[in-house]
Amino acid sequence: MTDKLLEIKNLKQHFNIGKPNMVKAVDGVSFDIYRGETLGLVGESGCGKSTTGRSIIRLYDATDGQVLFNGEDVHGKKSAKELKKFNRKMQMIFQDPYASLNPRMTVSDIIAEGIDIHGLAKDKKERMEKVYALLETVGLNKEHANRYPHEFSGGQRQRIGIARALAVDPDFIIADEPISALDVSIQAQVVNLMKKLQREKGLTYLFIAHDLSMVKYISDRIGVMYFGKLVELATADDLYNNPMHPYTQSLLSAIPLPDPETERTRKRKSYDPKSHNYGDNEKLEMREIAPGHFVYCSEKEEKQYKAQYIK
Amino acid sequence: MEKILEVKDLEVSFQTYGGSVKAVRGVSFDLHKGETLAIVGESGSGKSVTSQTIMKLIPMPPGQITGGKILFNGDDIVPKTDKEMEKIRGKEISMIFQDPMTSLNPTMKIGYQIMEGLIKHQNMSKQAAKQRAVELLSLVGIPMPEKRVNQYPHEFSGGMRQRAMIAIALAANPKLLIADEPTTALDVTIQAQILELMKDLQSKMDTSIIFITHDLGVVANVADRVAVMYAGQIVEMGTVDEIFYDPRHPYTWGLLASMPSVDNDDNQDLAAIPGTPPDLTNPPKGDAFAARNKYALAIDFEEEPPMYQISETHFAKTWLLHPDAPQVEPPDAVKKRIRQLSSTFKTPVLVKEDK
Repeated sequence: MTDKLLEIKNLKQHFNIGKPNMVKAVDGVSFDIYRGETLGLVGESGCGKSTTGRSIIRLYDATDGQVLFNGEDVHGKKSAKELKKFNRKMQMIFQDPYASLNPRMTVSDIIAEGIDIHGLAKDKKERMEKVYALLETVGLNKEHANRYPHEFSGGQRQRIGIARALAVDPDFIIADEPISALDVSIQAQVVNLMKKLQREKGLTYLFIAHDLSMVKYISDRIGVMYFGKLVELATADDLYNNPMHPYTQSLLSAIPLPDPETERTRKRKSYDPKSHNYGDNEKLEMREIAPGHFVYCSEKEEKQYKAQYIK
Repeated sequence: MEKILEVKDLEVSFQTYGGSVKAVRGVSFDLHKGETLAIVGESGSGKSVTSQTIMKLIPMPPGQITGGKILFNGDDIVPKTDKEMEKIRGKEISMIFQDPMTSLNPTMKIGYQIMEGLIKHQNMSKQAAKQRAVELLSLVGIPMPEKRVNQYPHEFSGGMRQRAMIAIALAANPKLLIADEPTTALDVTIQAQILELMKDLQSKMDTSIIFITHDLGVVANVADRVAVMYAGQIVEMGTVDEIFYDPRHPYTWGLLASMPSVDNDDNQDLAAIPGTPPDLTNPPKGDAFAARNKYALAIDFEEEPPMYQISETHFAKTWLLHPDAPQVEPPDAVKKRIRQLSSTFKTPVLVKEDK
């Protein structure tokens, strides 16, 4: 777990720069993703988690900061050829399986688009074989290749989206809320599929979601975002057992659990950013409270959190 | 307790080019005063159609109520005309929709959208209605209601819009509130606030609520009783404890097992329900869930299971409760939650259909 696949350093993504409606969607976020792990990113809508994902894969040009993939800066100057090479290694699965597949293309063309662009198949026969193999990997079958997206259900479309991402043999996949548009019984199917693919192909995931119980299940480590900042980062179990930042605590206390008894006794915590009472010259940064457990806080809070931390 | 709503053998179908889709196939349930009934199921299970039929909001044609009764306060609303329904909608029964972005009129001020119902149903003057709109907005926890009342929906955030929707729905003190996935589009923190608000208002106003959702966590939080729907039928119904601590139908098992629980081991695969729901143009013979059910018996493919009663309040529609059925073990994730409930009958009793 020491091999860093991705290093994000002080990433900033601002929109409408210089205008009165400037938005600091991502405001100085730093974290690493290790090879073979799943990093979950959670937060409410508008906290910048999707923008972070999109900036990492260069769907947006970052305002500032670095994204190092295998030690190479994604946002640095690149020739078209280099960019193409990089695009092969990083892929994305989108939230809405209804909007992310071109309705006028057949499933085989959708899946093979990457194969065609990167010239991964010598001839038509090899191309189709690859498509069939991919369909099988994601639990669909050969006959589906010539159909159009509208002939599929939501869960099946999400499988097509996953097959498309896998077509170019990537190392790293960003999954932006891949299951939130699906039914409960289908969500489990897609999550199981993603876990299986990770085991078989050694994939690394950045899993962006707001369904915390699913994120806890799939992730090794979890980052919590609030208003463009990463406020806490820890291993999944540690984050759930020892949430330090008050925002994380409020988020965890709001997850509804399928257990009537705990629901009846639930105490919800609310989060008020003013409760920190930061002074003007206090320096706020990510500080390590326990090994691998980082919290965005001031020096004073660091001491306090360290004392609270339960081993 | 006083029954406010009785739905009996409701059947709804839609005429399409592909044939008639039987969206609701014989649904029966009661709702008592001040109670919350949650209806759970996947998309296409008929939960939204059932609730929209109670308000007669389904477009007819292509929709059609092909059988059954909906008794609201003892009065059947199926034969009612649109004119008569207008007196009920918003006044006696109101609805909160899933998407607060699309269910508010973007060209009308929030205040006026609340006042509409008051002016129509309670013959209030404009001034009195506006006064009441301000009160309602503060009741649902919107700060500065005097200012907010004159704003348009785009000036509200998602959670605020859903609060405004609730204010509209509650304006005329309805006896029944139907909430169709009211929190699905919201963040968890906002969702928790809205659920608390709804429970609080319910205890103040003694409204009955039908809460439609597919999130079992939300169900555990709000419901008194739960109905699980699959392929247009209620397959299991009981109090919230009975459904979560003593589920009997394999579909309910599947739903409960497919959710990761926070303190669960993460290395095991989730117990997903394989396959997809059936096409209701030609509902399968026998039990509609049989094809996805690993506990299916041979008879499930031949004959539709009858309803069995497990306690005073608990019903399940599965052959597994037949005295001759083999004993089966529910999935591990479900076994962990099972507890002995005192109200359970010694053996399940077959429910006789009164025809």
